[in-house]
Amino acid sequence: MKFSLGPIQYFWPKAQVQQFYRQAADSAIDIVYLGETVCSKRRELKLDDYLQLAHMLREAGKQVCLSTMTLLEAPSELRELRRYCENGDFLVEANDVGAIQMLQEQGITFVCGPAISCYNQHALRRLVGMGLQRWVLPVELSEQWLRDLLSQSCIQDIRDCFQTELLAFGHLPLAWSGRCFTARSENRSKDQCELCCIKYPEGRTVTSQDGKQVFVLNGIQTQSGERYNLINQLPQMQGLVDIVRLSPQHEGTFDWLAKFKANLHGEAPQPLPGGDCNGYWLQLAGMAVG
Amino acid sequence: MELLCPAGSVPALKAAIEHGADAVYVGLKDETNARHFAGLNLDQLKLAEAADYVHRHGRKLHVAINTFAHPQSWQRWQDAVDSAVKAGADALILADMAVLGYAAERYPKVERHLSVQASATNAAAIEFYRQYGVSRVVLPRVLSLQQVRALARSCSIDLEVFAFGSLCIMAEGRCYLSSYFTGESPNTAGACSPAAFVRWDEHDGQLESRLNGVLIDRFAPDETAGYPTLCKGRFDVDGERYHVLEEPTSLNTLSLLPELYKEGIVSLKIEGRQRSPAYVAQLTKVWRQAIDTLLQDPAHFEVAANWQQVLAGLSEGSQTTLGAYHRSWK
Repeated sequence: MKFSLGPIQYFWPKAQVQQFYRQAADSAIDIVYLGETVCSKRRELKLDDYLQLAHMLREAGKQVCLSTMTLLEAPSELRELRRYCENGDFLVEANDVGAIQMLQEQGITFVCGPAISCYNQHALRRLVGMGLQRWVLPVELSEQWLRDLLSQSCIQDIRDCFQTELLAFGHLPLAWSGRCFTARSENRSKDQCELCCIKYPEGRTVTSQDGKQVFVLNGIQTQSGERYNLINQLPQMQGLVDIVRLSPQHEGTFDWLAKFKANLHGEAPQPLPGGDCNGYWLQLAGMAVG
Repeated sequence: MELLCPAGSVPALKAAIEHGADAVYVGLKDETNARHFAGLNLDQLKLAEAADYVHRHGRKLHVAINTFAHPQSWQRWQDAVDSAVKAGADALILADMAVLGYAAERYPKVERHLSVQASATNAAAIEFYRQYGVSRVVLPRVLSLQQVRALARSCSIDLEVFAFGSLCIMAEGRCYLSSYFTGESPNTAGACSPAAFVRWDEHDGQLESRLNGVLIDRFAPDETAGYPTLCKGRFDVDGERYHVLEEPTSLNTLSLLPELYKEGIVSLKIEGRQRSPAYVAQLTKVWRQAIDTLLQDPAHFEVAANWQQVLAGLSEGSQTTLGAYHRSWK
C-alpha cells in the first residue's frame, strides 16, 4: 500500500505552498498530486511553478501527478486544462470528464479523480478502455461498495490494469457551485471576491445554530464539517486499496502521515480526535463515527 | 422551443399535456431516477399508459434514468432502460456512462439526452459524452447566461436548460452533501435530503427543522417554515447567522426567455416531478402562454405581471431568483 498527498484544496500563498512541498520531498510520501482543483482565479502558482515543484519532488523520489480543475465553465479554463493534459511529462488526474476527453484524444493514460461519477464495474471498465490507470473512488463510497464492485466477474480480466486510490484523511470535498461561498460569507460577489479565500488557509467553518460543525467553506467548494479520518480502517484496506490519499491540512499533515504509516497493519491504532468522522467507508452517513 | 414539464404520476402527466406541455418527463418507481420519493413515479404499466396518452396527443415522453448504478444491482438500471424503450419512450435521460453505453449499444435508435446529473458544464465534457451518441445535453444550473451562450455558440448539440423550479446551487451529480448528512445520496438513492430523515420540533415557540438530527433551521412564528433541504438552511459563520449557501427560493427564468430563444436553446425544463397535478397544471399554463407570446413576436416579449404572480405563488418561500444565470447571484 502506498500513500499519496492529494492536491492542496485551500488557497495558500506561494511561499507556503513551496514550503509544504519541500517538507513533502523530505517525507515518506510516495505520490504527490499538484495543482489547483477548486478555483481558476487562484493564481499564486502557475503551471510552470507547479512543474518546477514537480521536478523537485521527482528528484526526491516521489511520483508526481498533476491534478486538474473540477468545475470547468469558461473556455479559458479549458485552454489552461489542455496545457496540463499536454504537459508531456507527468501523469494527470482528471477531475472532470472534459479532461478525460482531452487525454483520451491524445492517447494519454490518466488518473480518474474523486469528483468523476464512476460508481460501478461497467463505468470503470469503459474508463479503463479510455486510458484510466488509477481510480480514485467518489468520496461517498463504502468499503462494501468497493468490495462488491471489485468482485464483479466483468472486470476480473482488467483487474491488473488499474490501481485503486481512496481519500482517507482530510475535510472531504462534498460539492462545487457556480457561487463562491467564501466571497458570500464576506458579503462580496464572486466577481469582486478579491481572492479573500487566501485569508482562510483551512477554509471557513460553518456550524449549525446549536453548534455542530456542518461544513467548511472553501471558495466554490463545500467541504465536510468534520475531518474524514480512516486511520483505524487501514488494516481492512489491504488488498483492496492500493493508494491511501491524505488531503493536505494547514497543520500536521506529515505527523498524520507518520501515524497512518505506523498503523498500516493495525499496530498503532489512534483514538479518533473530536471533530473527525469515518462514516462513508463504514456505510453510514458521511459525518458519522462508526 | 419545447416546453418540457415534470410528472410524478399519470394525473400530473395528463395535467401537463392538457395545459400545453410539448413533452413530459417521468421516472420509474425505484432508485434509477433522481426523484425517488415514496408514492411517486410510474411502474411499467403506468409508464405504458403514460406513453400512450402522450402519443395520442402528439407530444413526447422522456424517461429519466439518471442515477448511478450499484455494482450489485446493475440489472435494475438495465431493466429500467429496457422498460422505458418497451413502453415507447421518445427519449431517455441518462447520466451514468455505463447506462449511456448500454442504451447506445442496445437501442441506438432511441434518443439519448444527457441528464443534468452528468454535470456537463463545458464543451470538452459535452464532447466526451458524444461517444454515447447523446443528441441533447441538459445544462447544470451552475452556469451563467454568458456561459450558456458560449456553449450554445460553440457546440453543435441541442441544449436544454432549467427554466423554473427548485434550484440546485451545486453542480448536480457531484454533490455529496445529502449523503454526508444522511448516508443517502442523490447519485445512488435518488433523493436529496430524504423525507425519512426530516424531523420537526417545537421549542419555546420556535419551529426547528432537522435532517438526521442536524439542526437545519429555526423559524419564528411569523416565518414560513421551508423543507429542510440542507443547502438552504440557516447556519453560523464566525457569529453571523444567515443562509450560508442559499435562501429558500425557486429558479425563475421568464425574463430570460428572449435571450434563451435567441441562442437556440431547444428545450425549457420545468423542475418538480415531486409536485401535485394542480401545481404542474398552473405552471404549465403560464409557461405555455409565455412561450407562445414569445414565439409570436420575440423582439417585443414582455413578462406579464399575472404570470409572475402565479409563479411566485408556486415558489419556495414565495421568492424567485435568476440563480447562476445572472452573474450577481454568484
